[in-house]
Amino acid sequence: MSDVILEIKGINRIYKDEDNTVEALNDINLSVKRGEFISIIGSSGCGKTTLLRLIAGLDKPQSGKLLQSGEEIISPDPSRGYVFQQGGLFQWLTVEQNIAAGLKARRVYKENKHKVAEYIDLIGLNGFEKSYPHQISGGMAQRVAIARALINDPELLLLDEPMGALDSFTRADIQDKLLELKRGNNATMILVTHDVDEAIYLSDRIVIMTPRPGKISEIMEIKLPHPRHRGGVEFLSIRKNILEKFHMASAYPEPEYRI
Amino acid sequence: MRISYKEPSPNKGRLNINFIAVILFTIAGFAAAILANIFIPQISAGVKIKDYTFGGITLNINSAYRLVLAALIALYTAIGIFSAFDKDRRKKYKKRAQFRFAAGIALALWDLFGTKLQLLPQPFFPGPAGIIEAFLSESGFVIQNTLYSLRLFAVGFIFGVAFGVGTGIIIGWFPKAYYWLTPVLNIAGVVPAVAWMPFALTLFPTPFTAAVFLIVICVWFPVASLAASGVQSTPKAQFEAARTLGGKTSYLVFHVAIPHAMPQIFTGINTANAFAFTTLVMAEMMGQPGGLGYYINASKVWSAYYKVFAAIIVMAVMFSLITKGIGLIESRVLRWQRGLVK
Ligand SMILES: Nc1ncnc2c1ncn2[C@@H]1O[C@H](COP(=O)(O)OP(=O)(O)OP(=O)(O)O)[C@@H](O)[C@H]1O
Ligand SMILES: [Mg+2]
Repeated sequence: MSDVILEIKGINRIYKDEDNTVEALNDINLSVKRGEFISIIGSSGCGKTTLLRLIAGLDKPQSGKLLQSGEEIISPDPSRGYVFQQGGLFQWLTVEQNIAAGLKARRVYKENKHKVAEYIDLIGLNGFEKSYPHQISGGMAQRVAIARALINDPELLLLDEPMGALDSFTRADIQDKLLELKRGNNATMILVTHDVDEAIYLSDRIVIMTPRPGKISEIMEIKLPHPRHRGGVEFLSIRKNILEKFHMASAYPEPEYRI
Repeated sequence: MRISYKEPSPNKGRLNINFIAVILFTIAGFAAAILANIFIPQISAGVKIKDYTFGGITLNINSAYRLVLAALIALYTAIGIFSAFDKDRRKKYKKRAQFRFAAGIALALWDLFGTKLQLLPQPFFPGPAGIIEAFLSESGFVIQNTLYSLRLFAVGFIFGVAFGVGTGIIIGWFPKAYYWLTPVLNIAGVVPAVAWMPFALTLFPTPFTAAVFLIVICVWFPVASLAASGVQSTPKAQFEAARTLGGKTSYLVFHVAIPHAMPQIFTGINTANAFAFTTLVMAEMMGQPGGLGYYINASKVWSAYYKVFAAIIVMAVMFSLITKGIGLIESRVLRWQRGLVK
């Protein structure tokens, strides 16, 4: 019996300025089981980042509740790791020190020192341990950001388009690493992505959102067994299905299989 | 990893004839100054040449002056040989050759008009050998005053920076502190520190502590205001990243806000450094029992302008060494910025 790790109940988040009001999230309900992999897809501005920030505890909803294992989320916690849409690495720390930041912040660095090298291996940045963020490529920086979030062993990992800047090989590599991690640590992951293939390849469920106001329009369960084959018949039919939903929602069809 | 690309130099590792000529040219000016000092007789009668003995070595102003020139020659020859084996260093050395040659010639002319002929208005403009007399006749006193200045500077500057960084961070972090302290900082900051001298002298037990106080407040202002602005300009996203990693307030302050503010803190420190030199010398001239400013004042009373020049030379050397030292610390602390900003 799989327990519920995250419950989102009737969330509303409205951004108000003097002259305009944006309903970023409108009545969001979602319940995530431990060990589940959830992807959130939807066009730009539909509230994906807003939702992730609320789950992280970086922001508060106007109404509704977020519960982690039954307890209300009120502030950020290392049990919920966050990989930011834009790197967010500390410029004054080396690759190695950035990865170790979580350990130092929690004051558990001494006993976990060895983990830093493990994560450098994991993201394949050997030889760049002493480099500063501005000296490595955008894709490398994004990998460091992932390692930095992973080193705390979060039970819930929130990833906001972490692979946008990566080439397809590194991306496939990291996707497999995420699956491996999910299986090994029974970690729960929520991934925001614009890549439908990525969402299908990784997810147990895909949450499709629509903008203005930001709403969940559909939740699709992907029942394919792992490892999934990107060229498989079922894979392709799911992809077609998702893309058609988007084409219906948007005015004109998109040339690429990207949203 | 810092990647610097160097052009392969064709004659790397060889001391070629051209560069030897550059070295000779560099030192030729100083050599000419030595020869001028030896062969031009003392024409004006206004200069008395006394002998000073240091541990068995007897020097007069001329032999001491030649010794200084010889030291310069040795220094520039050594730098030249050291630079000969690297293309960039050779280029830099070659670029400075003209200036160094001219400096030697200028010294020779100064020696001629200042000491040998005494055509410059006396006693206001002594020759270079005349200035050296200050170091010969009262080296102990000069050193004692230099150390006094150095100690005053070090104590005042270190306390000022510590105090400035501390209050700057508090002002940058707590909106309440910003509200109440910024006006104080701005008003106190525009007043030259020496204006507080009369208060300082009555409030503090010794002239030394009074001068330290003046240096502390003149350093405090730029360091505190720049540290505050550095802390305030930390992007929210960086704090959020730290919080999701489990960072509490102390981590946010010491591992996010302060490192982020470091470049600005150093801008403040560099500004403060210049302020501190001025305050130091003025404070010393206004009532200290020692220091180079005091030495200048004391010498002026006796119209010993050569001593004033000597003190100015010591200040120039001391202050540029301090500035260099701070620059070294800065480039070490901010090494993560290398290649990020120009
Ligand atoms: N801090 C804010 N202040 C005002 N409006 C905001 C703020 N953050 C987000 N919004 C608005 O809320 C809506 C949702 O933004 P959000 O960043 O969640 O979109 P997103 O789905 O992550 O988009 P993208 O795919 O481009 O990253 C947008 O219309 C945006 O303009
Ligand atoms: Mg976003």
